Amino acid sequence: MSAFRQSVEAMIPALRRYARALARDADVADDLVQDTLVRALRSERLFIGGDVRSWLYTILTNLNKNRRRSLARRPQFMPLLEGNPDASGTEAEGRDIERALATLVEEQRAVLLLVMLEGLSYREVADIQGVPIGTVMSRLARARAHVKAALEGVRPSLRRVK
Amino acid sequence: MTDPKIPVTEDELHAYVDNELPGERRGDVEAWLATHPEDAERVQAWRTMAEALHARYDAVANEPVPRRLDLERLMQPARKWLYGAIAASVLSFVAGSGAGWIAHGAAAKPSLLQSFTLEALDAHRLYVVEVRHPVEVPGSERVHLQQWLTKRCGWDVRAPELGATGLKLVGGRLLPGPTGPASFLMYEGPSGERFTVYTAKASAEATQMRYLAKDNVGAMFWADRGVGYVVSGGSDRERLTQVARLVYEQSDKSDMSGG
Repeated sequence: MSAFRQSVEAMIPALRRYARALARDADVADDLVQDTLVRALRSERLFIGGDVRSWLYTILTNLNKNRRRSLARRPQFMPLLEGNPDASGTEAEGRDIERALATLVEEQRAVLLLVMLEGLSYREVADIQGVPIGTVMSRLARARAHVKAALEGVRPSLRRVK
Repeated sequence: MTDPKIPVTEDELHAYVDNELPGERRGDVEAWLATHPEDAERVQAWRTMAEALHARYDAVANEPVPRRLDLERLMQPARKWLYGAIAASVLSFVAGSGAGWIAHGAAAKPSLLQSFTLEALDAHRLYVVEVRHPVEVPGSERVHLQQWLTKRCGWDVRAPELGATGLKLVGGRLLPGPTGPASFLMYEGPSGERFTVYTAKASAEATQMRYLAKDNVGAMFWADRGVGYVVSGGSDRERLTQVARLVYEQSDKSDMSGG
C-alpha cells in the first residue's frame, strides 16, 4: 500500500470517533467515514502534499454539512433504540454530553470536537473550516458556554473578560 | 511572565486550556485564575467537558475498524461486499394521529437514505392498493418509461427484469423525492403480490444494503454510485431480500451515466 494510503488508513479510527460525535447515529457516522475515504482515495493523484489528517477532517466536515442541508426540511423523529445495556452511571453521563452537543449549531459543534476531542490546533481548525482564527475562537467560546449550560441545566450567558 | 497588569482576555482563557497560549503568558493567566474564582470555575468546567467527551467517544476510536471501511474493498469496482453484511436496522417510530411525526429536540436526525426509505415506503403503501391507477406509464411501454424517468431524474433509470422471480413490470411513475425527482416502478406476481422499486439521488456514494420494516411493509435500501435504491414489499423478509438482490444485480449490469 502506498504511503498516502497508509496515512489515510491510519486516520480511520479518529475519523470514526469524530463522525460519531458529529452525527450521533453510528450508521450515519460510518456512512460519512466511508464517503470520506472513497473521495480521498479517488483524489490521491490530486493530493499534492500537505496534511492528510486535516484534509480528511475537512472532507468529512463538509460531507456532514451537505448531509444536514439536505435534511433541513425533513421531519425529525426519535429512533427507538438508543444507547446500550450498560452501567447506568457512565451511560447517563455519556448521554448528557451527547445531548449537550446536540444543542449546538453545526459549526460550533465541529469546532468543539476538532479542538477538544481530536486535539487539533486553532490554525488547523481555521483551515478546515475556511475561516479566520478569530472566528474559530468565537465559535469555540460559544460552544463551550452552551455545553456548560446544557450540562448544568441553565441558560447560557457569555461573559466578556476585559 | 509578561506584564501581569494586562488583563487576561476570554480568548486567553480558552488558549490556556487548549495549550495555545504563549509560554510567557501562562503565569499571568494562572495568577488571574487564582484571584478570579468565576473564571477559574469556567476553566475547570471546560476541562471536565473534555474528559466527558473523551470518556464518551474515545471508545469508538479503539474499536476494530469495520470491514465496510477496509480500503482495499473501497477501491474495488466489484461490489460483492454489499451482500456480505445485510445489517438489520429496524426503526420504530410513533406516528401521532394525523401529525405523522413526533419532533424531539435532541433526537438524532435520520440519514438521508433512511429518510427517503420512509418516503418510498409511503409511496409503496399508497400505490400498491390501487387497482385502476397503480402506475402512470404501463410496463408495456417500457422503453418510453425508462427514457422519460431517466430524463426527469438525471440518472440512468432502468426497469430491472424480474421474471426470474415471478414478477412482471406493472409500470412506473415520477415522484417528488427529498432530494429532487424520484423514479417509482411497480412489479406484480401471479398471486397478486406487489413490489416497488424507488430510486432517488443520494448523498452517499455507496452503502451497505439495509433492512427496514414498518407495520406490514418491509424495505431493503442501499446507495450505489450516488443513487439510492429502495425495494419495498410485504413482511416476508426472505422474499424481499431475493427480489432486492435481483434488482441490485440488474443495476450492476446497466451502465450508469456519470458513474
